[in-house]
Amino acid sequence: MTNTFGRSWMIAVYLFLYIPIITLVVFSFNGSPLVTVWSEFTLKWYGKLAQDREIIAGVILSLKLAFLSGMLSVLFGTFTAFALVRYRFRGHTLLSSMANMPLVMPDVLVGLSLLLMLVSLQRWLGYPERGLLTILLGHAFLGTAYAAVVVVSRLREMDSKLEEAAMDLGCKPFQVFTLVTFPLIVPALVSAFLLTFTLSFDDVVLSAFLSGPGSTTLPLVIFSRARLGLSPSINAVAAVTIAVVSIAVIVSSIYQSRAEKQRMREIAQAYNDGNQ
Amino acid sequence: MMIEKMHSFLKPYLTGRQFVISVPFLWLFLLTAAPIFIVLRISLSEMDIASVANLWTWAENTLTLKINLSKYLFILHDELYVKTFISSIGYALENTFFCLILGYPFAYFMARAKTHLRPMLLMLVMLPFWTSFLLRIYAWKTLLEDNGVINNFLIWSGLIHQPIQIMHTQFSLMIGMVYAYLPFMILPLYSNLVKMDTRLLEAAADLGTSPWKTFWLMTVPLSKQGIIAGSMLVFIPTVGEYVIPELLGGPQTLNIGRVLWDEFFSNNDWSMASAVAIVMVLLILLPMAIFNKYQSKSYEGITS
Repeated sequence: MTNTFGRSWMIAVYLFLYIPIITLVVFSFNGSPLVTVWSEFTLKWYGKLAQDREIIAGVILSLKLAFLSGMLSVLFGTFTAFALVRYRFRGHTLLSSMANMPLVMPDVLVGLSLLLMLVSLQRWLGYPERGLLTILLGHAFLGTAYAAVVVVSRLREMDSKLEEAAMDLGCKPFQVFTLVTFPLIVPALVSAFLLTFTLSFDDVVLSAFLSGPGSTTLPLVIFSRARLGLSPSINAVAAVTIAVVSIAVIVSSIYQSRAEKQRMREIAQAYNDGNQ
Repeated sequence: MMIEKMHSFLKPYLTGRQFVISVPFLWLFLLTAAPIFIVLRISLSEMDIASVANLWTWAENTLTLKINLSKYLFILHDELYVKTFISSIGYALENTFFCLILGYPFAYFMARAKTHLRPMLLMLVMLPFWTSFLLRIYAWKTLLEDNGVINNFLIWSGLIHQPIQIMHTQFSLMIGMVYAYLPFMILPLYSNLVKMDTRLLEAAADLGTSPWKTFWLMTVPLSKQGIIAGSMLVFIPTVGEYVIPELLGGPQTLNIGRVLWDEFFSNNDWSMASAVAIVMVLLILLPMAIFNKYQSKSYEGITS
């Protein structure tokens, strides 16, 4: 009984999660300019998309921003994770609550407070102008928190004996990091990068507060069009995004599970070698 | 490597440990604490035309403090503001409730699924979460409009003759919120339930407890941490949500996120927007503290 009930519950939730996405993709091939009334199959919206300068400029800007933000987030997130997991110090609670804050804080609060700080800073120093740099700062701040969560969980499940062994064998702390710890946490850093890349690529609210003239990211373009009503161009953008994301998620999960199997094989190999 | 260079430059002044701790500390402090102080300051200042007056002035050896509480007094006395705050909390509570009702059984069955199926089931939950949030909310617009897919389908099937209004109602708002936040509920619940020691549940069954009773007396209390984490991850951000009410809510939807946005972008009233922000911070302070306590528990026992 539990089985049938459980299965139908899960199917219902999956349908709830996927029906909107599937509809979005299906109607991107709809010939009628009325987005929700099906007429015939067409690819014309994709053709129009290729000529839509606003959207193309938005995509390029957003990709650039997401890449930089992902890099910065992983860098600061790794520092945060190390400080939290490996050290005990005064201010540990403060650091962990500062790192948790962006995970739940409503976007409008983060956006407003960062903007007002940057405006004060600009009055004071004449720098920075609102634009790519200010959005990047906001995204990297948000991303740091998410990257820290991913790296923390990896560091915690990692065997610290490996690092201790390296230390006993005479490695300096920095060498321990580059030779032992870093290779072990690479998969976590990759997933943290992908996550923070997506967060940045997706963000509307922080970008709206922190952007300046000439820095209109893709979500800002989509949001301003979606506010006015339905538009087939958004469906086409959605279909492309969904295709890219699905491929990336599937490829990365295959990569992760292969890496895991490889690791298991190496451990088994090392164990066998040791026994001979 | 750049970090190595930076580190060797700082070596005379800082140990490695101090370096690792101070980098994230400074970075996060500059981006959390400093902005909040500035928002507080602006919320207490008089607004001149498009600029904020100084909170304190130092002239002729006297310090003059000018604190302006008028924005806060206005918020407290204005009926619309009070209603807005109450209804935002209400939406957030409803959203948390629905996510829990839908998400708990889901996470439970996922955690009890066959081991080799779990990664795929989990990936299927994560996949929509990775595709753009904005586009997923827009998708509901195409479904729920008067001329949308659902209405067209119902009319085509003959169940209704006139489109029913679903869009721009409380219903469309709630669907959008639950849809967007459900994965945030499912993931912590799942990671908690999957770690649960099933031998305890088997022991209870051996002792003759009914499955229903075992569920309520053992599974639910044991998953308390997952329930708290998931609820906070849903509740706190929904209090200040802006995009979903803007795209799916009606004009009558009262919501703090939208009020803050309008005060800032339409009315250009920075100190009002700041005062609204500070009140919002006060409202989510307690849930935030609960969330922090839960999160920092996960560091205990590793550092010692």
